[in-house]
Amino acid sequence: MSRQTSTPVLPVQAQKTPWFSLDNRYIAPAFITCILLAGHLSFGILESYQKTLLAIATSIGLELVLGRVFFHKWVHPASAYITGISVGILVRSPAFWPYALCSAISITSKYVLRVKGRHIWNPSNFGISVMLFLAAETVATLSIQWGNYLLPMLVIWALGSVIIWRLRRFHITGIYVASFIAFAFIRSWMTGSPWQSEIAPITGPMYQLFIFFMITDPKTTVRSKRGQCLVVFLVAVVEMVLRLDQIVYAPFYALFVVGPTAMLIEIWVDSRRANAAKLTVTQ
Amino acid sequence: MTGNRIARAILVLFFIGLLATPFVIKRISSGRDADRSKADAKTALARHGFYLEEVSQAAGINFVHQSPKLDPKLDPIMPEVASMGASVSIVDFDRDGWPDIYVTNSAIGSKNALYRNMHDGTFKDAAGELGIADVNQAGTGVSTGAVWGDYDNDGYEDLFLIKWGRPELFHNDQGHGFTRVTEQAGLPPWINANTAIWLDYDGDGLLDLFIGGYYSEDIDLWNLTTTRIMPESFEYAKNGGRKYLFHNLGNGKFEEVSAKVGISSRRWALAAASADLRGSGHPDLFVANDYGVSELYFNDGKGFHEVGEQTGVGFAPKSGMNTAFGDILNQGRYAVYVSNISEDGILIQGNNLWVPKEGTTGDAIKYQNLARDFGVELGGWSFGAQFGDLNNDGTLDLYLTNGYISLDRNRSYWYDFSKVAGGNSTIIGDAKNWPAFEGRSLSGYQSKRVWLNDGAGKFVDVAQAVGATDTYDGRSVVLVDLWNRGVLDVVVANQNGPLLLYKNTVAPENQWIEFELEGTSSNHAGSNRSAIGAQVTLFWNGQQQVQEVSGGSGFAAQNDRRLHFGLGPNPHIEKAVIRWPSGKVQTIDKPAANQLHKMREPA
Repeated sequence: MSRQTSTPVLPVQAQKTPWFSLDNRYIAPAFITCILLAGHLSFGILESYQKTLLAIATSIGLELVLGRVFFHKWVHPASAYITGISVGILVRSPAFWPYALCSAISITSKYVLRVKGRHIWNPSNFGISVMLFLAAETVATLSIQWGNYLLPMLVIWALGSVIIWRLRRFHITGIYVASFIAFAFIRSWMTGSPWQSEIAPITGPMYQLFIFFMITDPKTTVRSKRGQCLVVFLVAVVEMVLRLDQIVYAPFYALFVVGPTAMLIEIWVDSRRANAAKLTVTQ
Repeated sequence: MTGNRIARAILVLFFIGLLATPFVIKRISSGRDADRSKADAKTALARHGFYLEEVSQAAGINFVHQSPKLDPKLDPIMPEVASMGASVSIVDFDRDGWPDIYVTNSAIGSKNALYRNMHDGTFKDAAGELGIADVNQAGTGVSTGAVWGDYDNDGYEDLFLIKWGRPELFHNDQGHGFTRVTEQAGLPPWINANTAIWLDYDGDGLLDLFIGGYYSEDIDLWNLTTTRIMPESFEYAKNGGRKYLFHNLGNGKFEEVSAKVGISSRRWALAAASADLRGSGHPDLFVANDYGVSELYFNDGKGFHEVGEQTGVGFAPKSGMNTAFGDILNQGRYAVYVSNISEDGILIQGNNLWVPKEGTTGDAIKYQNLARDFGVELGGWSFGAQFGDLNNDGTLDLYLTNGYISLDRNRSYWYDFSKVAGGNSTIIGDAKNWPAFEGRSLSGYQSKRVWLNDGAGKFVDVAQAVGATDTYDGRSVVLVDLWNRGVLDVVVANQNGPLLLYKNTVAPENQWIEFELEGTSSNHAGSNRSAIGAQVTLFWNGQQQVQEVSGGSGFAAQNDRRLHFGLGPNPHIEKAVIRWPSGKVQTIDKPAANQLHKMREPA
């Protein structure tokens, strides 16, 4: 879920006449903070502030230390803040340690799991998936704790769409949502379950974070627009397969598998192109 | 360059360490929190000071609960919507000095049972001859619970039958039979409730009745006009049944006063219980709600005000299914245990153990959830739980039953459940949107928890070691000294399963004391005859423990009204202080151990 890039590059025209004065680097953190506050003030989603603060503090602290050690600079904390707050919202556990551990795993994965200088997993997707695999008796993720009412979701959809449009990544969210809905009807037809039950997950809070933050992370998505559309469609396909196997956390696991695979393919293709270009220059 | 490599190597090791952390924590906690080895009686006695043996067949009890079969429109999810109704309550209905057992059944045409204690280790069902068996007839709904209280102060415990359907009040005719007095009492024609308790909220010496609705009372579950009967939200639902508080007028009639006294919730109540949590002399009311937060009502003797958020217990919404009070630290203050749902990797709500915060008292009392710290947090899909000193060591232990729906062991409904539960209210609220169960289990076949209290803030699960090894879908638990031996036996009502009697054998060196209280209400003075709300504080060996006579606690359950205290070996009892609901305080100096003390309220 972390938005690891500083900012997607905007066209010159957009840079000349900004309609939104806030530095883009702060848009996503501001949005997710609004979601957190709205969720908490309306539904009390945070069982304790301390757990969320622990997740954020761990995330930012570790990012600063690791950035200093490995990049020899103080890394801007916006990305780590999003990772921390995502962990704080999505992880549900009565214990404190899973919040710190999930944040630590998420941030550290960025520095360890790198190929050709790029990290290939979305940090919080990696952290949460690992926690669900390894600490299932202590950890679940947010799915129901935001109530089941339409209004908060409409607000999130509206705000999220505007922001994601501004960041020129709406196509990713749009393709995913359209694919999910189409596959929901196919699953309903295949399993005989009411179509409403297949649509239900995307009307819940967990998916809002997934579709606006996790699948759109610039650092862990491929670069071309067409590639991004294909990848997010494949995420929906794999999710559909996992759902047919009744995997509760199908979207997380689908992104966990498809995202890095796409990244590795892109890195491999880039590498071949670079080699070919080098060869051409040499000749 | 070398420095960078070393740093990278350290980073990789750190990362591996992070990934290994859950395994390490799991290993440490599994060694610390439970004794999962099965042990024979001798070993269990030596190790934990008691042993449970399931003796229902030998005791002449072969009761098997039957779930209701509701409107066919609900057939696809019938196991879920018909998943409650098994209950057990303890009463000495004929005042022979031996506790009897009343259990509910929930299929149309099925019979409830009143197991009369035969004093020889066996029981005999007397419900039919006494007129309280055939209470699940078509058109009247089915039983979901029962609570006993002497509402007319004639010395005999009367029966209020909680139902999805027409609730019933039966007057106890001096132990020889029961007379149905529902209409005369002024009770509502239909409720869909799972919890009710007797309490004297205004201290007038007459027992009042609180009923917490679950499904809305305008729904006839056998003749649905709509399938929109489900909660509108999994954790924020307010479309459940209404609450009732029936004020006892003393002439066999009750007046419904809930709105007048400040109770107007429509949350999905599952477990209410009452105790004087602040030392105010008035019974407060705690309601554990499904699909939402718990509610705590402070009582000033005339009215209630809800203080859930203020006290800390009403903030995080879960799936409350139990309310039990226990002075777990022997400090003269009650902790409150609320059970919820925990399913590995899917939904970890964790049960709540609300312990009063240090330094907070009276109206300013605050609670903190210490279930994790005390080791009583994870109990599967938890239902009924009760505090009681199972090994007579002087501290209150905790028995928890659990398990929701046990059908096909190899196929789970959890995926479909989580899919719909997170959806929009228009989806979750309509039963027709829920995928069919098709014989799958949902948190079924679960191991029970018997948590032993070490008195210093830690509980250890010894269920398997001491013989509580069943895996039925447990609902209701009571603790009772069934055979007047000075030990607490355990009775468990299981949904679609047998009634279980766990006979307790306790290490003989641990001693005990019991109190049977009787109020002397007359002309609005004195306490109700059942002494519900009376507190006994026992002082021994430099410590104290408080217990209160209850008009219903746990989940759809009522323990024996007699209060049982374990004392440990060689106790030096200083005194027992009884505070009667009337406000009278009675002190008994140096009461003898290993005895039942029958106490009547002084004039």
